[in-house]
Amino acid sequence: MTAIFKEHEADLRVSTKWWASRIAIYTALFIWMVVCLFPILWTITTSFKLAPDVMKGNLIPWWDFTPRWKGWESIGLSPRLIGEVSTVREEFFKRFWNSTIISISAALLAVILGSLAAYGLSRFSYRFGFMKNSDISFFFLSQMILPPVVLALPFLILYKSLGLLDSRIGLILLYTLMVLPIVIWIMRDQFQGIPIELEEAALVDGLGIWGAFTQIVLPIALPGMVAAFILSLVLCWNEYFFAALLTSSNASTLPVMVASQTGSQGINWWSMAALSSAAILPLVIVAIFLEKYIIKGMAAGAVK
Amino acid sequence: MNTDGDLLHTVTTDNISDSRKRLGKLMVWGSALLCLSLAVIQGAYQAERINIGFETWRPILYAYMLWATALCFAQVIVNGEKGKRTLFVLPAALFVVSLVVFPLLFALYISFTDWNLASPNGPQPNGWGNLVQMWNDSFYWNALKNMVYYVLAVSAEYVIAFALALLLNAQIRARKFFRVVFLLPLMLSPVAVSWMIGKSMFEVRFGPISRLIREFGGEPTFFGNPEIARFLIMAMDAWTFIPFMMIMLLAGLQALPREVLEASKVDGASGWQSFKEIVFPLMLPVSVTAVVIRIIFKLKLADVIINVTSGGPGGATDSVTSFIFREYRDRSNVGYGTLLAMIYLVLIVIFVTLLLKLVSRWMERPA
Repeated sequence: MTAIFKEHEADLRVSTKWWASRIAIYTALFIWMVVCLFPILWTITTSFKLAPDVMKGNLIPWWDFTPRWKGWESIGLSPRLIGEVSTVREEFFKRFWNSTIISISAALLAVILGSLAAYGLSRFSYRFGFMKNSDISFFFLSQMILPPVVLALPFLILYKSLGLLDSRIGLILLYTLMVLPIVIWIMRDQFQGIPIELEEAALVDGLGIWGAFTQIVLPIALPGMVAAFILSLVLCWNEYFFAALLTSSNASTLPVMVASQTGSQGINWWSMAALSSAAILPLVIVAIFLEKYIIKGMAAGAVK
Repeated sequence: MNTDGDLLHTVTTDNISDSRKRLGKLMVWGSALLCLSLAVIQGAYQAERINIGFETWRPILYAYMLWATALCFAQVIVNGEKGKRTLFVLPAALFVVSLVVFPLLFALYISFTDWNLASPNGPQPNGWGNLVQMWNDSFYWNALKNMVYYVLAVSAEYVIAFALALLLNAQIRARKFFRVVFLLPLMLSPVAVSWMIGKSMFEVRFGPISRLIREFGGEPTFFGNPEIARFLIMAMDAWTFIPFMMIMLLAGLQALPREVLEASKVDGASGWQSFKEIVFPLMLPVSVTAVVIRIIFKLKLADVIINVTSGGPGGATDSVTSFIFREYRDRSNVGYGTLLAMIYLVLIVIFVTLLLKLVSRWMERPA
């Protein structure tokens, strides 16, 4: 069988060039994949190691070390201890629960307030004193540059006098404030993409502006709201600075718990690793399953 | 897109009776009066002038919230349809104003006092004392200098993020897999990262990196050396936030007009040429947005520093935020710490305004 299409020399050159670029691209992708995954892999495997395994640098389970539950036992989460009463586990779940409640409520509140404001700003013209729409938008977005450290100390004292120190509500309010500009930024972009004729039709059909908003606009903007919600959730879950300053025993969150362990460094490798894994795992799962929304949220506003 | 126009224009005939208007005004002023009088009573009680009052200021907070709610409802009662429109923005505006403007004013007051939480005297105004102390505080200036380095590191992050975005935008298999993997670092909390990488992988004795260095015959030092420590902090922060820029740039790349790229290919542009002449200029607006937002995030950098080095060695890795954090936590110096924070805020506002002005002027210039 003879070749019907003969490869010309120029074609061959192109094909080698193509292969070279393929190899370069995949090598680069692979290298960065290792950069991204190695710390995570290291943490998760370390949580199953004993001290000698850590020191010898064994990395692959069952091949060069036998996984043990020692690290997870130290936070009370292992097959052996799961049935028993464990104070460490209760502590861990308390922090976990705090983190969950605080981040979900703050994200929810921010999405509600932010969507309303973004919708209003994208549809109506306002005048509050000298401020017009663009000024109001700028006022909201400019909160993004406010560094947390400026608010931290006044809030510490205010919360102390309000009796809100070390309470979940205090943190929820602050976190809402923190993510609100981002939500408004994302949602304004979403609402501007919705054709105004839809609401005009709804108004003609006899809905009020709030009716048109809740029945017509909200269902269309829902994916954008989910994106804003998840992005806020991630930011709130990971927040450390305010939580470290404003909470002590009652309302402190997971990052505070992780940070408070680092004092005894170099000793409890396994328990630190287990705690870190437990703290990052929920968001890793979120990232894997809701990646679409996270990317959508961050891409909104970037492209105009 | 025009953001200032009255896009959804509604014309309504509102017949609002005088009594309805009066009711609305009564609600607002009544609740305001209640809030104010409670605040005055509580203030007098705290100053020990009178002996009836509350244990904390919490009831005043409730009264304030009542006033805010009344204000929102009164908009509809007094202004009818127009008020319903105001109701979209008003809650968020009230929320931000009460949580930002009041604390900022309060911060301005305490930044000119010598308030130390440990001292029994409470706040005592001390005029320019804090400013003088700041002027002579070499650690604060050092932290500001470090912030310059940290902000400059954004340029390197930008290059890496752009390269990754280009990679993800290329014709590759398993694109979704790589996208998820590259996104993962952003999901991790800086505190966990500082343990996972800073305290564990870069541990001098047993960490995998130091073992690798020993294999090649080197002697690892990480957080003992100022330059290396600063670089590692930058690297850890970059590791978490590169995905952020990458996603924004990727979105920009995917929104590029296909025709232009194809036309350049037909005209025989090489890969590098089409990148330099077409992709990069078209990506400028997205790049600017990504970089500016990244810089804004960078200015808040603290978590990693607090947890890994607490500013050491010798303040080489200190950021302003972590410095003030320690000023408060170790010395309870509220007054001085707040002044430092306020000065930092002023510097940031000036810097970001200049940056935005510069960027907008630069973007308007015909390329």
